[in-house]
Amino acid sequence: MNDSLDPRVNRLTLNKTDDPFKVEEGENWNVFEVFHQEKRGAHHEHVGCVHAPDAGLALVFAKEQYGRRKKCVNLWVVRSADILAFNQEDEDMFANNLEKTYRDASGFKVMEKINKFKAKAK
Amino acid sequence: MLVDQLLKELITKMGDDELIIGHRNSEWTGLGPVMEEDIAFSSMAQDKIGHAWALYRILHEELGGENPDQFAFMRSEKDFKCCHLTEMPIGSYDFSLMRHFLFDHAEAVRYNSLLQSSFTPLQLLARKVRGELKYHTLHADAWIIQLCKAGEESYLKMQEALNNCFQLACGIFEPGPNDAMLAAENIYPGEEVLYEQWIEHISPVLTKAALDLPERKQPVFGGRSGKHTKHLQPLLNEMGEVFRLNPEAIW
Repeated sequence: MNDSLDPRVNRLTLNKTDDPFKVEEGENWNVFEVFHQEKRGAHHEHVGCVHAPDAGLALVFAKEQYGRRKKCVNLWVVRSADILAFNQEDEDMFANNLEKTYRDASGFKVMEKINKFKAKAK
Repeated sequence: MLVDQLLKELITKMGDDELIIGHRNSEWTGLGPVMEEDIAFSSMAQDKIGHAWALYRILHEELGGENPDQFAFMRSEKDFKCCHLTEMPIGSYDFSLMRHFLFDHAEAVRYNSLLQSSFTPLQLLARKVRGELKYHTLHADAWIIQLCKAGEESYLKMQEALNNCFQLACGIFEPGPNDAMLAAENIYPGEEVLYEQWIEHISPVLTKAALDLPERKQPVFGGRSGKHTKHLQPLLNEMGEVFRLNPEAIW
């Protein structure tokens, strides 16, 4: 839609509304997932969804539902149907995670080294 | 002293427009077409009341006017200077949405001109509400374009709503006898200039929506001199009903 620092992200240009999404007879509106960014550089976090005829209006609605109370600098909307997820019955793929503690980053003991480094820096 | 009087007139009509349209639009709360839109429209109505409050505060704090609540709720009908567009009942959603579109672009153009105002309180307020108005006009444009492309019935309703609203909306720009003096003081450019800018702002959206802009034939004037439609008094009665039970009460 427009030039962006992050080429993966399309941005809504205010005052330049794209051609509207056509809702065919009998077709329902789409559900869009909403992601909220609290400050520049922070991750966008999933906060909920809105129901809208197209992405532009979804963003307008999201501004009202999720961007009017807490601090907010930006929002993302993604059509829920565009999200790809695993089947719930395949949850067993993750079942043994808790046993594989060697993959757990908290296993590294670094505080001692950090403290030593800090002491040296002083 | 004279400039103060002119400023009072300007700020009163601006504030009254905001208060009355804010009250009108809030009548949609709980009745909007879908939940998300209900919340959006109600929230923007609150913003309008907020703008009215900010303007009445300028009158009170800078120009020796009354307390904002007194000013909003205790004045008689003839002392209100809102234009007729803002007074009209909400009608159906096409009418209210078209009024929102026409009014909010007019508002955006007006505040935009105030960014250069020589009267600092108005300049500061214009800076404060700029982002809000950006969103309000984005919301209005998105809906107008969406509904005009959503089939023949929808399109015809929007064109009819525009035809019904346009002469009323031209009444926002009822020239005042002192516009030239306000312009000479660099307070704001005057209604004629704002009208031209407004047409420039709404035209691209109307073109995109394939709506025909009606001719300005008989702009509905009168509100700025305190002459109103039969719809304003019942609104004032309702709006001030609770406040007048005990005007001294602290909220």
